[in-house]
Amino acid sequence: MKEDAMMHISMEPSDLKHMKNGLPLTMNGVAATNGEVKYRGHEQPVLNDSVHPAFPPPVSSSAAQPSSHLCESHDEMFEEPPLLIAFFTYVGYAILVIFGYIKDFYRKIGLVNHLQTTDPREKEGYVPLYSSFESFYTRNLYRVIRDCFNRPICSVPGAEITLKDRVSHDYGWTFQFTGTTTRCINMASYNYLGFAQNSGPCFEEARKSIHQWGIGMASSRNESGTLELHVELEKQVAQFVGKEDAITFGMGFATNALNMPGLVSKGCLIISDQCNHASLILGARLSGAAIQVFKHNDMVSLEEVLRNAIVQGQPRTHRPWKKILIVVEGIYSMEGSIVNLPRILELKKKYKTYVYLDEAHSIGAMGPRGRGVVDHFGLDPKDVDVMMGTFTKSFGSSGGYIAGSKELIDHLRTVSHAAMYATSMSPPVIQQIITSMKIIMGEDGTLEGQKRIRQLAFNARYFREKLKAMGLIVYGHKESPVVPVLLYMPGKIACIIREMTKEGVAVVGVGFPATPLIESRVRFCLSASHSKEMLDKVLEKIDVAADLLSMRYSRLHPYNKH
Amino acid sequence: MGGHWVPNESPSIVQLFHAIIDAPLYHLVVEGLLLIWVFWLIFRKSYNPKDKAPLTEKEEDDLIEEWQPEPLVPRNSPSFDPDHPALNPRIIQSKIGKYMVVKGRKCLNVSTHDYLCLNEEPSVEDASVKSLEQFGVGSCGPRAFYGTAGHVHVFFEERLAKFLSCQEACLYSYGFSTIASAIPSYSKRDDVIFADAGVNFAIQKGLVASRSEIRYFRHNDMDHLLELLLEQQRLDEKNPKEAKVTRRFLVVEGIYMNTGDLCRLPRIVELRRQFKVRLLVDESISFGTLGKTGRGIFEHYGIPNSEADLITGTLEYALSSVGGFCVGTSFIVDNQRISGHGKSSSGYCFSAALPPLLAAGALAALEYIESSRGIAAIERLRRNCLLAQVEWGDVPGMELVGDAVSPVKHLQFKDRSENLKDDSRALQKMVERAEEMGVALTSACYVEDEDVCMPPPSIRLVVSSALDDGDIRRVADVLRRSAPRPGR
Ligand SMILES: Cc1ncc(COP(=O)(O)O)c(C=O)c1O
Repeated sequence: MKEDAMMHISMEPSDLKHMKNGLPLTMNGVAATNGEVKYRGHEQPVLNDSVHPAFPPPVSSSAAQPSSHLCESHDEMFEEPPLLIAFFTYVGYAILVIFGYIKDFYRKIGLVNHLQTTDPREKEGYVPLYSSFESFYTRNLYRVIRDCFNRPICSVPGAEITLKDRVSHDYGWTFQFTGTTTRCINMASYNYLGFAQNSGPCFEEARKSIHQWGIGMASSRNESGTLELHVELEKQVAQFVGKEDAITFGMGFATNALNMPGLVSKGCLIISDQCNHASLILGARLSGAAIQVFKHNDMVSLEEVLRNAIVQGQPRTHRPWKKILIVVEGIYSMEGSIVNLPRILELKKKYKTYVYLDEAHSIGAMGPRGRGVVDHFGLDPKDVDVMMGTFTKSFGSSGGYIAGSKELIDHLRTVSHAAMYATSMSPPVIQQIITSMKIIMGEDGTLEGQKRIRQLAFNARYFREKLKAMGLIVYGHKESPVVPVLLYMPGKIACIIREMTKEGVAVVGVGFPATPLIESRVRFCLSASHSKEMLDKVLEKIDVAADLLSMRYSRLHPYNKH
Repeated sequence: MGGHWVPNESPSIVQLFHAIIDAPLYHLVVEGLLLIWVFWLIFRKSYNPKDKAPLTEKEEDDLIEEWQPEPLVPRNSPSFDPDHPALNPRIIQSKIGKYMVVKGRKCLNVSTHDYLCLNEEPSVEDASVKSLEQFGVGSCGPRAFYGTAGHVHVFFEERLAKFLSCQEACLYSYGFSTIASAIPSYSKRDDVIFADAGVNFAIQKGLVASRSEIRYFRHNDMDHLLELLLEQQRLDEKNPKEAKVTRRFLVVEGIYMNTGDLCRLPRIVELRRQFKVRLLVDESISFGTLGKTGRGIFEHYGIPNSEADLITGTLEYALSSVGGFCVGTSFIVDNQRISGHGKSSSGYCFSAALPPLLAAGALAALEYIESSRGIAAIERLRRNCLLAQVEWGDVPGMELVGDAVSPVKHLQFKDRSENLKDDSRALQKMVERAEEMGVALTSACYVEDEDVCMPPPSIRLVVSSALDDGDIRRVADVLRRSAPRPGR
């Protein structure tokens, strides 16, 4: 199976028949798609009515044979925009900037005034708090579309979500609630397995735990904040991800930021994917280790950086690095891509480095047993040195964990900043994780967990294929439950969010600085709680919006081939 | 060149052309030669020791083969000591409140920061259950992307801003990450931060993350701070251009976690004005405990909150929930909600929102503090702090440090041994003995190699409003009985 995968990965990107306009397609991981969807393994048992016969769930039926789709692991695509679109995007920014200057001028002569733009201290002679560029950007570009973000909700962020309506009488500076609400299909929350619920076993257990334990801990793990519940959770997490031991914290962001310094320090090297999450970057920075970056999910680039690093040693002194840690994510939440883990583990062995894998989005959501990307590729968890993940997504809770060998976790217990100083996890939050994880593992005695995993896998494939068929540029891996669709122009972010909300679909739009300047996008997160009918309804609305906003940029599609 | 060349006036192409034609031939020859020489200088292969013959692939492979990394777990890791307290934590078998059950024994709790004992308050429990019924547990997304629960996060922020008479508040999902994210979202590379040398670890991490220049002044030493500020002033006078863009910040804690001291706020505010530095105050401990109505260090000293540029605090101590907050003017606080700034350090933008039930619990706790019951509890807490200062100060061989009104006090050895480890171990034994006598204590834990201001080993005692005089005396008695014999 492994050689098979290797062969595929090292294949030349020869299949470029889709290159119509002379612009190349960027294909990650080098393996090329030829358009047809190919499924390996056995006939899939149809699980429920909503499973479309044309799109059988991709997961293999038994846990014993998890890697049946290994060889397709890296057909992941990042189609580049037509030149003209890139050009118009820049023009769009230029126009926004010009209008920004006009608005700033009005502000300067006192025509308009807002609390958020006036610094009471600046008049007293203090140095301005913000550099002019960043405040210009937020004041004039972000503010205009501020209604699309931070929208308050008043329901569970489940398959559907209820938004509180609000209006702004001052162009997005302040908002007032109107008292009405809008019900939307929720394509925005990271509720991959649908555990954001206010009924059912998770809810019941969480409620019981509030009564039993309260909600506050008011102490750190190492001082006086370890309940029996914490110990139980850590045992269970270790068992779930297949490691000897695990340690848990109250926030995923802090798990990265505060534990990396315990693993590497000055004289060590962190090799980090270009698209890594802010918390990983912060952790790397706090650790004091040197940081080098490789191109997003590009194994050739990674190997180059690795070779160079080992051969050259530390800058100036040329001493060898103490240790090298490759830091990657399982699923990248803005790109929808899946890490090329098989290749990374090969490189790790070849170059004797360590691997830190952040499974924030992939734990629960990937693999036939929901155990993350390691499970998805059918690899051995023992090969990944540090397995990090969060409970905020698939488990519908909050917090993060690090799993590893007993030696490693014991080390972290004694040096982790978070274990030493940060307050330990709240009991109902833990209980939610324990119960949902038991359901995923099937320990509740039902097939509920398996059902959710398969439904999510089906939803992810189905939705992505349909979007591609519409001629949209969709980034990422075909099995990823995160589906970003490219808009390019920043103005379209607001358009699509407003339009979709009006039609009853809640979506997330992201632009610069979370993405490269010209790659504004709208992102859909699939959930096991979405039914096929819901997805069809969403697809229908997107189809309409795609015409309205001319989003069909893809040249891979017959639609645009002429 | 030729005579047509007029400096300061950009020549047109035609003028340039004329100049060349008019120039005598020898000029052209000399200039041509000069030009060739310049090209030669630029393009010749300079001797650079770096790019001596590149390594062959084989040589590279050998180097790679040769390289032996250190193990992931450092050989000197404290975890190789099987007695390390972090590997043998106290495991609690009940709700944490005035009492907690440890190894089947009910212990009086003076170790957790639940100053007002709100973890046992029914209204807090009810509010969080109600929120659970509406929102479930997790928020499943950051605040910007549908993670904002209208009735909970937004109401809490409005209520808190009103409580502290500030324009705006923003809510973090973790106490530690609050100040650690807030500092780098304002202070950048090349800015200057003055910080008390006794600040807690979260602040220290925020300082590092900002990559600014950090100047520590001796703990609570205002003269030293003045000295540093004057030094900066002299520097600024030398480089007025730089001074115009160098932001200056002053970071202090309301009550210091590591010492139990109050900051000298009146003097600090004076200095802030005089030297135009922006003041950040971490009120993690002082919020809900100081001042008649629990509004914190500013109320305690009778100074308006607006003197600080930013106040941060935690929901994890007095409010007995999880999370943190920042309050200040809209101009300042609003900045943290925007991802454009400090891409790498914002725990607000790049993390899921606080679970609504925790925010709802904190909201109920805030309502409790505002009620007459809350004010009475704060009054009781203050009395307890003063009484504890007297009662707990009398332990042979040990001294109690910390301000009398502070609910956090440190009990440490009068004469310390050379080896910190010995002291820590002795204190750990003391904690175990006290536990057997039915009082839960904790020694203060630090990451020894990283903390810039490692205080001496101590037992961190926490006073709560739920204790009565008898309890405080009982703790005093247990402290005396469990304290290590002189000579240890
Ligand atoms: C890769 C990655 N790591 C860490 C986090 C932070 O997790 P949390 O939301 O639990 O703080 C996120 C969340 O957005 C993430 O995407």
